[in-house]
Amino acid sequence: MSGILNGVTLVLAIPAAAAALLGVLPGYRLSARLNMLASLLTFLAALSLFVAHPTVNAYFLIDDLNIVFIVLNTFVGFTTSVFSASYIGHELETGRLTPAYLRFYHAMYQVMMFGMNLALIANNIGLMWVAIELATLATVVMVGIYRTHEALEAAWKYFILASVGIAFALFGTILVYMAAQPAVGEGLQAMTWTVLVARVAGFDPALLNVAFVFLFLGYGTKVGLAPLHAWLPDAHAEGPTPISAVLSGLLLNVALYAILRFKMLMTANPLAIAPGPLMVTAGLISVLFAAFMLYRRRDIKRLFAYSSIEHMGIIVFAFGMGGPLANFAGLLQMTMHSLTKSAIFFTVGHVAQVKGTQRISEISGLTESHPMLGWSLVLGVIAIAGLPPLGIFMSEFLIVSSTFAREPLLAVALVLGLLVAFGALMLRVQGFAFGEPTGSTQPVRASYVPIFAHLALVLAAGLYLPPLLVAWFQHVAQMLG
Amino acid sequence: MHGLAFDIAHLLAGGLVLVSFMLLYQDRLYALLNVYAFHAVVLSLSVGWQAYIQDAPHLYITALIALVFKAIVIPVVLHRMIVQLGIHREIETVTSIGPVMLVGIGLVGLSMAVMLRVTTDASLIAREDLAFALSVLLLGLLIMVTRRNAVGQVVGFMSLENGLVLAATGAKGMPLVVEISVAFSVLIAFIVIGIFLFRIRERFDTVDIRALDRFRGDRR
Repeated sequence: MSGILNGVTLVLAIPAAAAALLGVLPGYRLSARLNMLASLLTFLAALSLFVAHPTVNAYFLIDDLNIVFIVLNTFVGFTTSVFSASYIGHELETGRLTPAYLRFYHAMYQVMMFGMNLALIANNIGLMWVAIELATLATVVMVGIYRTHEALEAAWKYFILASVGIAFALFGTILVYMAAQPAVGEGLQAMTWTVLVARVAGFDPALLNVAFVFLFLGYGTKVGLAPLHAWLPDAHAEGPTPISAVLSGLLLNVALYAILRFKMLMTANPLAIAPGPLMVTAGLISVLFAAFMLYRRRDIKRLFAYSSIEHMGIIVFAFGMGGPLANFAGLLQMTMHSLTKSAIFFTVGHVAQVKGTQRISEISGLTESHPMLGWSLVLGVIAIAGLPPLGIFMSEFLIVSSTFAREPLLAVALVLGLLVAFGALMLRVQGFAFGEPTGSTQPVRASYVPIFAHLALVLAAGLYLPPLLVAWFQHVAQMLG
Repeated sequence: MHGLAFDIAHLLAGGLVLVSFMLLYQDRLYALLNVYAFHAVVLSLSVGWQAYIQDAPHLYITALIALVFKAIVIPVVLHRMIVQLGIHREIETVTSIGPVMLVGIGLVGLSMAVMLRVTTDASLIAREDLAFALSVLLLGLLIMVTRRNAVGQVVGFMSLENGLVLAATGAKGMPLVVEISVAFSVLIAFIVIGIFLFRIRERFDTVDIRALDRFRGDRR
């Protein structure tokens, strides 16, 4: 693996080329297949990064931390494209989307994948910012694609809030450059992350502190931390379900990744404030807030969107606590949440299509009318609520136990949030799965492969983590400090 | 930094803050757009001056983008849009002008207090620029929260973004400034197209975003 065609360029070039191609190709079947193929190839290119570490340069960086994110990103991107093919086919039949919109949809899907991969690979904090903006714009357009009242409102709200978040993040980025400039000198070097982290000890801590506050607020808006989460439930509920799956499973992670990079910068400077307490507070508020909000949801996709806020809160909390164990648990939680939540959205997408509604009160008795979908949903909710033996139980257990050892009071608050959320999810899933079936009982042509692939991985991780993965995560946890 | 060069940079950056205040109390859409165009012209002058004193020719591109795109194209497009949508009435602000101006003054004071304190190592001109930029940014946010009209919000966002460009050019030798200003222009173009393409008026009979609130999913 050398020259131009290495894993890094492929991970970027495939989605970019596919986006251009999908933008001009007519025909839904062809583009859906091409979308799948491109996502699969991107995933394979991402896997190749494990064997061949391309060299670091001023623009691109591959280290053990972002490989985890890139592989997860491209994997869920691929499975979502498989789900999307069957989901979108149904939308076309019911006339909610027209072929012209579909062409646009597929092109935007690849643009979004390109933006997210670029953000993860970028070694330059300015480039990372541009990439996250690109991915955001692509998702905004897709959230509004149905052009209903609700979809437009959701897209507009997402747009305005995300733009303000992006603006804050840019101001923070500029401040980091200002802090780096006296120590590193002018030009590209002072925005290159590897250079920054190596020489951050000589930066002005006061400026770095202010910069981190802006970066945390800005990217935190995109992570969906309460009280900056207002866009998240609307965007999840009103867009096409494949987009809800990638928003929850991927885009939130990408923004989190940006925060982690800057956190590493902060911890490397001995005089700067510790970012931990800020993250712990924001995480805890999100967990508690979202847990209570879960009870009042009436829309099934909104319900799981609030559950995403809760889980992002747990993850940010874990990374905020820091230390090898909590970081390890945070990484695991993030991986498990991406897999589980996207599987849930795949199921919910099919459920909403067959029942013709997203209202919680109008969906019940799924295990009777559609056993496969019903039980997948039950399994998914059990996983996301954190019951053993699934993966999330293990990561949440690690987070709670490591917190108890260090800050018992915080652990109590966290456990309260987890229990409240657990109660809400169990309450709702009973309604969905059991009781008198409502609505259509027509058989559904669902794509079960992505759902089961995700849930099988989550189950496998709960039962047995391969030593190689454990060693990898432990190493990354050390890096995060 | 020579006296005159610094004074002019200071004048232009400070001017941007003042024009932000002017945006704050405009209660007619046309006037708002005209003042915004003026805001963009001041920004473009300020960036151009920075390009000259920093000897950084690529910043002239940013200045040109600001002049052509933000001071001419966007206001003209929005102007035509307002005519087509027939919404050239008065716009109401959420609160009355007096308190909003006081809050604005408070925000400028806050950004001075924060930025001047943490940038003691930086050059004088960069310090001033950053402090003014943060003021413009916060005032832009204030404009956004005090408007209920989608066009008004967009203008607030665009003025906020001008503050970011000011900060980016003030940070001496910052790479990617041109790329970032292009990326932001794309973002703004998206928003403006968004208003039109989504045809907020056609759907809602108004661009008053309070109408959007009705469609909150949980209240259906």
